[in-house]
Amino acid sequence: MDETSRASQAAHHAPPQGFIRNYIFSLDHKIIGKQYYGLALLAVLTGMVLSWLMRIHLVWPNSPVPGLKWLAHTSAPNGVITPEYYLSLMTMHGTLMVFFVLTNAPFAAFGNYFLPIQIGAEDMAFPRFNMMSFWMTFLAFCVLMAALFVGDGPPISGWTAYPPLSAVGAVAGPGQGTGQTLWGLSIAIFCIASLLGSLNFISTTLDLRARGMTLMRMPLSTWAWFITACIALLAFAVLLPACGLLILDRLAGTSFFVPANLVVSDQIQPHSGGSPLLWQHLFWFFGHPEVYIAIVPAMGIVSHILINAMRRPMLSHKVIIYSLMSLGFLSYMVWGHHMFVSGMNPLSSLMFSFPTLVITIPSTILTLIWIGSLYGCKLRITSASLFALGFVSLFVSGGVSGFFLAQPSIDVLLHATYFVVGHFHLVMGVAAIFGVFAATYFWFPKMFGRMMNERLGKIHFWLTFVGAYLIFMPFHYLGMAGNVRRYSAFVNDYLQPLLPVHRFITIAALATGAAQIIFLYNLIHSRFRGEPAPQNPWEATSLEWTVPSPPPWDNFAGKIPVVYHDPYQYGVKGATGDYVMQDSPQKIPTVPEEGRR
Amino acid sequence: MADTMIEAGVSFLAAQIILAVFIWWFSTSKPGQKIRNFPGGARGLVAAAIVLVGLEVLALGVFGQKAWANIYFTPPGPNAMPIQVQAGQFAFYFRYPGPDGKFGPIHPELINEATQNIFGLDLDHDQDSKDDIVTAQMAVPVNREIHLLMHAKDVGHSFYVRELRIQQDFVPGLDLSLHFTATTPGKYEIVCTQLCGLGHYNMKAYLLVMSQADFENWLKQQAAMQ
Repeated sequence: MDETSRASQAAHHAPPQGFIRNYIFSLDHKIIGKQYYGLALLAVLTGMVLSWLMRIHLVWPNSPVPGLKWLAHTSAPNGVITPEYYLSLMTMHGTLMVFFVLTNAPFAAFGNYFLPIQIGAEDMAFPRFNMMSFWMTFLAFCVLMAALFVGDGPPISGWTAYPPLSAVGAVAGPGQGTGQTLWGLSIAIFCIASLLGSLNFISTTLDLRARGMTLMRMPLSTWAWFITACIALLAFAVLLPACGLLILDRLAGTSFFVPANLVVSDQIQPHSGGSPLLWQHLFWFFGHPEVYIAIVPAMGIVSHILINAMRRPMLSHKVIIYSLMSLGFLSYMVWGHHMFVSGMNPLSSLMFSFPTLVITIPSTILTLIWIGSLYGCKLRITSASLFALGFVSLFVSGGVSGFFLAQPSIDVLLHATYFVVGHFHLVMGVAAIFGVFAATYFWFPKMFGRMMNERLGKIHFWLTFVGAYLIFMPFHYLGMAGNVRRYSAFVNDYLQPLLPVHRFITIAALATGAAQIIFLYNLIHSRFRGEPAPQNPWEATSLEWTVPSPPPWDNFAGKIPVVYHDPYQYGVKGATGDYVMQDSPQKIPTVPEEGRR
Repeated sequence: MADTMIEAGVSFLAAQIILAVFIWWFSTSKPGQKIRNFPGGARGLVAAAIVLVGLEVLALGVFGQKAWANIYFTPPGPNAMPIQVQAGQFAFYFRYPGPDGKFGPIHPELINEATQNIFGLDLDHDQDSKDDIVTAQMAVPVNREIHLLMHAKDVGHSFYVRELRIQQDFVPGLDLSLHFTATTPGKYEIVCTQLCGLGHYNMKAYLLVMSQADFENWLKQQAAMQ
């Protein structure tokens, strides 16, 4: 980067003044990152409580839930959840978790905070856009929450909102009125926010790197956020118009997704010429890359943390980057595997099945590099590294079930069953959340200037790790037995023998959820009472550890670093120990083989 | 399915065990110990992943393709028995063509739950509709190929019988079809697997697989009830 652009970068905003500019409408990427984290935390707690209510309803359908009658007196009379309210809980759980947790936490929250610091920039390229991204995301969250409390019932079409159910309006039953419209509006706003955010990530990465920070010298976490931003830019750009068309179908009488001659509640519908499959194609063209928007940042974060814990670089830095890129690329060619039984041309199913199976190759390469790099390392067990290792285990467990679902001939048995639910919860949900936990334990000292309690962190890890398996492994069994998902009660004869399994899952879910109180306590207690954090508590090498904890408002106090090394100089003789910082001008005597090739 | 089970099971166990063993071994290294590289390094692992998984992908792709082609690329035989199924919130209804072997046309504007005109048939004008038999259960003769003609009345639904390993969505606006042969007599549940509204969980029908003679009796009884 030349001197002029660095000068303009340094001048792009003045130190913030006043409470509102400092903490609410802040232009500082670090505050915005924390805001995203807070919003994701709020969303994940809400989403988790909703999942508890669902699990309770499935096994104790007639028991009133304490307090619920005040929160939802029309949807849950006397606190007893109705079938349509169950579907609302499910819709809101999915939407909150996918959009406001899995997109926000690993990508928007940590990416905002650490991407600029890791490349030696003072802020994002467009701080004002950045502020707008967050506040639009917040607005989307408020609109979605409003949908949960509207008078004519919260939406019940699932997070996939398939038309015609989601498009014909209140005639299709409860939850298809205002609630569904607000759902579409919320997602459309979220799309705009994410598009702005992705543009910002991409421009920042390409334009604001410090001197010496070549692309290949960027840490793997930054690489992952950059790749994710590229995926998100294309994915949300398709979901946004799709939501627009859905809202038009609902409010303006258009027929993008509704065909002619539908008879809903004995009334012939005034639509003609639309195609429900069009929505499915548009939605999954976004929906499948979305899985990678959730998991790729977690992969980058986990690699970054594992390297630090192993005290060695990965067997190959480049192979990880290229694998992440190919995941991003392939994620656009497989959306049809969500539609094997949708009635699209059966030849397409085969066309989509093959790249889906091929995705296994970069995934396997990543897994083998992670596991292979463990060989001969000097592993430090911390809460962060435990969660990172837990991620690898969960990614494998959730990944192998993909072998089944990728084949249309097996998918006809497993499609829309709990097998699918188990698959995506492990590989996308829990694995990405483990990435977020790892990132939290690892970067909390930098973000708040205090250490988290390691002992509580390890207890939290074991309870969550065992709990996640106890909850989601039995889902696969249920799915193979033909247990259909999205049922608010199991009335079929053949599902009766499976009810004890559901009871087991509910108890495991309540217990694992309760274990998260340990994390919350640790988070809040450490924020105010934790041990003061040194600048570089984990003896790490990347640029975020060259600045004080927490960093000053312009990150480097006016002194933009110069980068001399690849990001992970571990296992070498440095002045401070077995590592050399990225900005250290010190020459590195011995180059470990493989590591940096 | 069995091949996939073995391959997935082996990959799952191998990865988890090696991960656990490596964590165990290398988290207790002595101070002074040097960092070592996995034999073969990244190149070996990448090659292994590409070759092993590539072969697996090809094998699964080929087997899977055959199984899929048997269902979807082979048209139903000439003797396949046509049965129509209509999905609506929240029930399946079936229609047999009757002695003339022809289904009468559907008039969506005539569909009316209250008068039990489920399919929107015009019995006054359409000759072909007069002998059509509309039922709430689906009976089929054992070992006879069935050609199922599917359409949805209102929103998306799905037709799933786990014992037959068949699942196919109903897409409003599309006429889809499926063919299968049930080989074991019995009573199976047909359930909806595509979210269709508040009664989704309760949308089901029975599939009765019976001998040819029993089937003919059943059809006669149903015809008498029209």
